[in-house]
Amino acid sequence: MIKVDGLRKSFHGQPVLRGIDLEVPDGSITIIIGRSGGGKSVFLKHLLGLLRPDSGRIEVGGVDLARLSGRRLDEVRKRYGVVFQGGALFDSMTCRDNVAFPLREKLRLPRPEIDKRVGTALERVGLAAIGDKYPEEVSGGMRKRVAIARALVTEPEIVFFDEPTTGLDPVLVNTIHQLIVDLHRHSRFTAVMVSHEIPEIFDIADRVGMLHEGRIVEIGPPAAIQGSQNPIVRQFIRGEPDPQA
Amino acid sequence: MTEQPLAPALRPFEGLGRWAIAIVESLGRFGGFLAQAVAALVTPPFKLWPLIGRINYIGFRSLLIILLTGAFTGMVLGLQIFLTLSRFGAEAFLGPAVALSIIRELGPVLAALMVTGRAGSALTAELGIMRITEQVDALTVMALSPMRYLVVPSLLAGLITFPLMTALFDLIGIFGGYLVGVELLGLSQGTYWGEMQTFVNRGDIMIGFWKSLSFGVIVTWVCTYKGFHVSRGAEGVAQATTQAVVLSSVLILVWDYFLGSVLP
Repeated sequence: MIKVDGLRKSFHGQPVLRGIDLEVPDGSITIIIGRSGGGKSVFLKHLLGLLRPDSGRIEVGGVDLARLSGRRLDEVRKRYGVVFQGGALFDSMTCRDNVAFPLREKLRLPRPEIDKRVGTALERVGLAAIGDKYPEEVSGGMRKRVAIARALVTEPEIVFFDEPTTGLDPVLVNTIHQLIVDLHRHSRFTAVMVSHEIPEIFDIADRVGMLHEGRIVEIGPPAAIQGSQNPIVRQFIRGEPDPQA
Repeated sequence: MTEQPLAPALRPFEGLGRWAIAIVESLGRFGGFLAQAVAALVTPPFKLWPLIGRINYIGFRSLLIILLTGAFTGMVLGLQIFLTLSRFGAEAFLGPAVALSIIRELGPVLAALMVTGRAGSALTAELGIMRITEQVDALTVMALSPMRYLVVPSLLAGLITFPLMTALFDLIGIFGGYLVGVELLGLSQGTYWGEMQTFVNRGDIMIGFWKSLSFGVIVTWVCTYKGFHVSRGAEGVAQATTQAVVLSSVLILVWDYFLGSVLP
């Protein structure tokens, strides 16, 4: 269980997160939606321990992440898998080496075991044949899938997805979403995703939370969010123009 | 309690104070970065392959530019010193004059400046791009230290390659002086090498060695720090690369003067 309580963060006196409260049940897919600049990426960076909050708690398995540093923080991160927005693949390595990297450096597995797991991971994302290519030699959709394979190859308990379908065409968006659902069904990890993809995310989420101006203004099952009477949520999911933007 | 606005006459001092605080903070971050790198350097596990990669990147790929600049520096020195010494009838001292200039000063400084221009800038740009494409964050969230994987190999490679590059620069430079002084201007070969053996001692070589070693630390420290702290996309990378080269070059010259003053 991830539990966020009263999370606040300001940059140069400008508040970005204004008191976020959120619970992510184990084994669920929770998706955070919200407008650009609403604080989604900053919130995700707090969950990853890349930023420290000004105040509030971020409990992961009962431990307050905000109070940890160094090796104790790394112990929590060992349970994580992360899919970054652009993939964040190491461009000096082949796709196969990218997937093998956490197994070799993080888990220090023997070579045959690494080869076996990398083969399985690439096969699961449908990329068994492109392993020896470098990230810049494959398409954007393939890079996302390699990034997903790398995030999941260590069999993490919690997987974070930072806008995993940004920049992809609608077919690829649904392909990646289906892949995430299949992998989730197989591995039962807890997923936290930040996404803009409306209405596609309603098909894959267990819970959807709307982040607006640094606060979660509404959270619930997809059907409840789709039927929300909150004007901010309604405007966002209908894509209505903002006269003040 | 809210802060009272300062009187207009005091505002320049407030600005000066903020500037001073920013300088001290940035020096603290700069020093803290080196301390973290040294801590990662002395704690296992040690990464051999990244180190070999960096030695290739910083050292081996800089060989050509070191050979070229070394040769022409020695040739120019040979020509100019010969013309100067011939006014006093002291051409016999061409060998030691060229060797001492190169071994004590020009070798370490010029080799470091050349490697900064070629490899230091690339190091900053590479790390900067890794930062803005979240590759550094990817390492961090894998519970792997970016310091250990990205900074330590460069720092170690700097310690290993800068003295070697300097030694090569010295050898080629002295040979360049020989070509001009002996083969072109007619000084005797025995005089060039013999006087050099008389006047150049181990202490001179060690001065060059200590300088090159410290320049290796300065260049890799500055360039990795600047790359590691890039922000604001492509413009930030370009800015950090320029800053890294300028700051490294200035620090090389300042540190060279300092070491030249304190070393015997």
